[in-house]
Amino acid sequence: MFATCADPQTLEGLAWLMCYLTSGKHLLFYLSFGTVIFLLAITAPVALLFGFGGALASRSRIAPLRWFGQIYTSMVRGVPDIIFFLFVPIALDQGFEYLRAKVLCDPAVPIRQGNDFVVCPAAKLPLSTSAEWVHQSYGIFLAVIAFAIVFGAFASNVLYGAMNAVPKAQLETAEAYGMSPRQVSRRILIPQMWTYALPGLANLWMILVKATPLLFVLGVEDIVYWARELGGSKTSAYAYPHGDWRIYYFLGILVFYLLVTWISERIFDRLRLRLSAGQATMAGEAMRKAAT
Amino acid sequence: MSQCLQTLQDYGLRAIGIGERLLPRTDFDLCQQFVLIGSGMIWNIYFGAFALFIGFFLANALAMAKLGHRAWLRKPAEWFIFLFRGSPLFIQFFVAYEALVQLPRAGIEIFGLTVQTSWMTRAWAGALLVLVLNTAAYSAEIFYGALRNVPKGEIEAADAYGMSGWTRFRRIIWPTAMRLAWPAYTNEAIFLFHATTLVFFSGFPAFQQKGDSLYYASYFADKTFNPFVAYPIVAGYFILLTLCLISLFGVFNRRLNRHLPGAVRKIRYRPNLIR
Repeated sequence: MFATCADPQTLEGLAWLMCYLTSGKHLLFYLSFGTVIFLLAITAPVALLFGFGGALASRSRIAPLRWFGQIYTSMVRGVPDIIFFLFVPIALDQGFEYLRAKVLCDPAVPIRQGNDFVVCPAAKLPLSTSAEWVHQSYGIFLAVIAFAIVFGAFASNVLYGAMNAVPKAQLETAEAYGMSPRQVSRRILIPQMWTYALPGLANLWMILVKATPLLFVLGVEDIVYWARELGGSKTSAYAYPHGDWRIYYFLGILVFYLLVTWISERIFDRLRLRLSAGQATMAGEAMRKAAT
Repeated sequence: MSQCLQTLQDYGLRAIGIGERLLPRTDFDLCQQFVLIGSGMIWNIYFGAFALFIGFFLANALAMAKLGHRAWLRKPAEWFIFLFRGSPLFIQFFVAYEALVQLPRAGIEIFGLTVQTSWMTRAWAGALLVLVLNTAAYSAEIFYGALRNVPKGEIEAADAYGMSGWTRFRRIIWPTAMRLAWPAYTNEAIFLFHATTLVFFSGFPAFQQKGDSLYYASYFADKTFNPFVAYPIVAGYFILLTLCLISLFGVFNRRLNRHLPGAVRKIRYRPNLIR
């Protein structure tokens, strides 16, 4: 990166460390922190959307829709989520390739051959000719869907509970004013439920943050991958030889996560104050008393 | 059927190294998958049960330290809890493994005795250590909250009976706190058992293919390119395990609340997922 780093062998001490920490692979390592943040930024809203849909579906008056919502929300109970993280990407990948094979491939060749899942090259996803970054982003895409499905189910649990926690009298009052069910949902139920949903959603966010290293299990080149790659001992064949430094990299990642959870906690505390204002809850009452 | 019994004999205890050495390589049948994944559950139960048991005592000590007035006890407890609750278990496994590998190979000399350290890098010890510390931190937070929520009236009543200090704690405060904490602690226990699936996916390698249920499930899923059999089997086993845990903890819950008729609420399982 710097001109002085051209020949690392001649460097000593701090200058060596400077050059080491700004080498090309390290920049990729720093970028992968961005991948984690990106995953969080995409997954959180999508999961919230899934959860919202699931919660509304399990309150629906149409029975099949309600069943679907209830099965979806109870799906993740009792089963470790990592199973979903392993299962959903493979299942989706095979599903996509199966559909493409139906369209693009010779129908005479069966897709399942004994223990093998074979599709013709034209149906491969991503195509074997495509660039490395396409493979990576396809992996991340599958990971986002897996995360969104699992965390959507959890968010749906939380939101369902929050919708039930809104005082019934308020909804009845709205009905008495002549609002339609849709209007009651939109004007009374949804604006009010957030204060009840926030503790659960905050908890969920923390869990989501702490689940992001599982990207590594899904084969995405994330921070764990790079920490193992860069930290492993390097012989003098490398530009920057060093011993086994993996523990320092992992400690760095640990600090990163502690920072993220710490900052999130501060933000949620402030949000909690904002949402409690004017609510018919203990916290809202306490704020009212403090103000007068 | 007899073939399946043979499979059970060969692979029933494969996860702890008893039975056939080689895993099946071709022609997987359903029976093999059920048996091997089931044998992997031994590890999940081992990790979960021991971590829960040891962690329970550690968590109580931590909760009391956090509640106490002495800063030199409170601060370390707070930091410990923050460290283990604020970071992913997955990363904790990696850090612990890398740290344990750094221990000298030959063992440590203490007073002329050589303490072997190589076993610490094995999953049965190292991963158990991490799980104990992790669950202790999470449970300590639960117990801390419960200890803070012990009704004032009960403490005043204990005072009126002339109880104080250790007697008051042992007979009034602690049982009440356990009563309050139990539903949340049940969830923590379930959560811990789910977390045991992470062991062989993080730093700790599975020696001689002795892995847990998910290890074997992913082995089958990799070999057969078919995730629709192996993973649902693990899921089924875990649902069974969860149901067993809920009923086991329900027994304790009834015992804790036995003097309060009608107070035994059904413990609602609120899943908390990964940590």
